[in-house]
Amino acid sequence: MREPSPATPHHATWRAVWNSLKRVLREPLGAFGFFLVVLVIFSAAGADWLAPYEANKIDIRAKLQPPSGAHWLGTDQLGRDIFSRVLVGGQIALKVSLVSIGAALLIGLSLGLVAGFGPRWLDNLLMLFFDSVRSFPTVMFALAVVTLFGPSLTTVMIVVIVTQIPIYGRMVRSQTLALRNAEFILAERAIGAGFIRIVTMHLLPNVVGPLLILASMDIPFVITIEAGLSFLGMGVRPPTPSWGTILNDGYSYIYNTAWPVIAGGLPIIITTLGFTFLGESLRDVFDPKLRREM
Amino acid sequence: MWLYSFKRILLGILIIVVSVSLLYTMIHLVPGDPVKTVLGPRASPELQARIHEKMGLNDPLPVQVLNFLGNAATGDLGVDVFKNKPVSTIVFEQLHHTVFLVLAGIGWAMLLGIPLGCFSAIYRNSLADRITGVISVSCIAIPTFVVAIYSVLLFAVTLRWLPAIGAGDGETVRSYLIHLVLPAFSVGLGWVGYLARLVRASMLEVMGETHVRTARAFGLTERTIIFKYVLRLAILPTITLLGMGIGILISSAVFTEIVFSRPGIGRLIFDAVTSRNYPVVMGSVLVTTVLFVASTTAADLLNGLVDPRIHHRGHE
Repeated sequence: MREPSPATPHHATWRAVWNSLKRVLREPLGAFGFFLVVLVIFSAAGADWLAPYEANKIDIRAKLQPPSGAHWLGTDQLGRDIFSRVLVGGQIALKVSLVSIGAALLIGLSLGLVAGFGPRWLDNLLMLFFDSVRSFPTVMFALAVVTLFGPSLTTVMIVVIVTQIPIYGRMVRSQTLALRNAEFILAERAIGAGFIRIVTMHLLPNVVGPLLILASMDIPFVITIEAGLSFLGMGVRPPTPSWGTILNDGYSYIYNTAWPVIAGGLPIIITTLGFTFLGESLRDVFDPKLRREM
Repeated sequence: MWLYSFKRILLGILIIVVSVSLLYTMIHLVPGDPVKTVLGPRASPELQARIHEKMGLNDPLPVQVLNFLGNAATGDLGVDVFKNKPVSTIVFEQLHHTVFLVLAGIGWAMLLGIPLGCFSAIYRNSLADRITGVISVSCIAIPTFVVAIYSVLLFAVTLRWLPAIGAGDGETVRSYLIHLVLPAFSVGLGWVGYLARLVRASMLEVMGETHVRTARAFGLTERTIIFKYVLRLAILPTITLLGMGIGILISSAVFTEIVFSRPGIGRLIFDAVTSRNYPVVMGSVLVTTVLFVASTTAADLLNGLVDPRIHHRGHE
């Protein structure tokens, strides 16, 4: 069983985070991942003023052009500037990741607490739910949801939230079960501490670190789902740019020009690699024990 | 052990029943009549009523769900009212394409991934090990459909070595195999990474165990130790990984079949979803779920047979 660490005051937590970050940056792979992640976040956040053109501006005379000074990554079949579309597509990918992972974290945290502290039957019921959701191949589940609600950004987020809840829920549940009967918790209870105090003072500090690492390692997965569904025409609706739709547009013209396909795929590769490298080094530095649990 | 197997199989069946009932219920609770959706708004009321009757949509919902599950248990997945063909026939016409694709993908991944993992474990912490590690992680991180599209771009469009779409002319085995190369490459690439990492980790674990130390103390050659004592044990977790990974495999098969315009179950579901052909959606999702649950359960039980510690853990 894992030894619970006592709750730490806030400034000490931040110092620990800073120290871990320094250790991550000392690793070449961690530093590389960090660099890619920062690059992706900055280009997505600054997309509005970095993009040289309006992402949906059609210029049919300039269609399917190779990269040039005017269009860094060339243009697509409607003459839209691919570089601008890639930047705005990044904004959408990160927005989907943040919103849906955030929601899945909150719901998973609450359900995990309920499963851990609640009665046995409720725990069993929740675990059955978690298993059922995880047992469905993600794409099947996504296709089923799209059949029902139609393709949209919201549908993508629903798919991500539902499929990710079990990951966080399970982790919180196992931590809760491990701590529930720990001596210091029993002692707290004996002196009259309530549920809320135990959760906020003892449980949360123990699960926040591993949860955040899990979340950062989930981002590539979410970005893959968003781009994949959009590629299938089941996610972001045109003309809104997404890395998936850029790839799909480019794939139709792959015999005419390779640039749209290269430009649509590279950001996906850069982002998934960046977050994966960063997440792996974070995990190794922060919590080596997690390695075995995953 | 028997009790555990029984429980595990029961859980598998429960998962199938729960998820399929949920899907069925969701499809029928959503506003909009599935019949109208497919027939279009101009269909005559008589035609609508006939299709309604044919699909059993006049019964109350729980009865419909039970009927569907009951029929499915006897192998009857309903009828595709538009092609007037049993759904089971449609599904099983496509299934073998997906099975071949998945087997070919996993096959080459094992041929490369397992030796790569061994190599990393034997030369652990060397530069070669680190490079293999980075390559493994990268293989896992890059999504299948990006791999598929880039491989089309490189091998079919630029180099013109291999065909990009279809499953061959259906006449010669050679043509079928040539059309299988790129799709199998795309499906398998991530698995090279998974397998290399897993084999490396489990080999390192086994190499630290006492029986290996004893073998070494007896003066056996490193080669004998690795092949006879370490690899035999270290290979076991890959069985579970393959069983558990069938969901990822099915997901990547969907993307691969669409990118390469191959026939198969993934493409079937995709087409059924886009045309809102509910009987086919239900039938093919049911078949894949059963396949999925069966293989995860089998992997779990197989693991329990090999490693008796597992079923105790199952009770906790």
